[in-house]
Amino acid sequence: MVINGKEREMRQQVSLAELLGQEGFLEERVAVELNGEIIPKAAYGSTLVGGADRLEVVSFVGGG
Amino acid sequence: MQIGNSPLGEARAQREGNSCPVTREQLKQALLERYSPWMYEKISSGSVAIAGLGGLGSQIAVMLARAGVGKLFLVDFDKVELTNLNRQAYHIGHLGRPKTEALAEILAQINPYVETEARTEKVTEENAAALFRGYPILCEGFDRPEQKAMLVNTVLAQCAGTIVISGSGMAGYGPANQIVTERKMGRLYLCGDGRTKLDAGTCLMAPRVMACAAHQANAAIRLLLGEEEV
Repeated sequence: MVINGKEREMRQQVSLAELLGQEGFLEERVAVELNGEIIPKAAYGSTLVGGADRLEVVSFVGGG
Repeated sequence: MQIGNSPLGEARAQREGNSCPVTREQLKQALLERYSPWMYEKISSGSVAIAGLGGLGSQIAVMLARAGVGKLFLVDFDKVELTNLNRQAYHIGHLGRPKTEALAEILAQINPYVETEARTEKVTEENAAALFRGYPILCEGFDRPEQKAMLVNTVLAQCAGTIVISGSGMAGYGPANQIVTERKMGRLYLCGDGRTKLDAGTCLMAPRVMACAAHQANAAIRLLLGEEEV
């Protein structure tokens, strides 16, 4: 799959919540687009990713 | 939502004792000296919502009012504090007043014929869609990363057609050249350096915050003029 433009070898599908945790993202600070669709936070646990999926994770930092 | 010129500016000028010495037509002609007619038409018939009126939002609003954007929808629950003055558009005379009111006043001094609608209200997951639905462009200017993420998630999921221009990573005094605009998702543009956050070791200063705000305002104007690429 592709995460933020980089190819990533995945042995099997994992939940989006699990992947975000492994990658060090904090769920409360991100917006996630999977194959062009925004994924609601409530669906992170039930959304499986892998294979040819394209994932874009935007992680926000504070200040404004 | 396309909102054209409204008589609100004139009404406000009259309420304030006809204090505006500049007519709508004069301001239009002044802008037409700077823009082509088609640009003036697109910008003056455009509308932009701004969520959070701090260092980013207040400066974005000032730039878009100067550009002559037809309508600005301003949302913030907060009041102007002394610690805001190092980077936000407010003045000493605004201290203690709601940012929405103070900013509407500042914008009226720049272009009283820009229609402003202000909402003094905290934006939440529950009310965000109702507030911003129908606006083609929303500029995000919140402080906390969780709030930024909440707004972007809610609006992208629930407001079809709304493009969000968000700011992330503008703290400190690092090189201004690190501040960029990227199109991260179909309807999400992200401005900033993407990483310099406000924490114990950093600060927020006008130059980088305003550079980020300028990227956001420029992205909004480009979208109003039909340019989707960054």
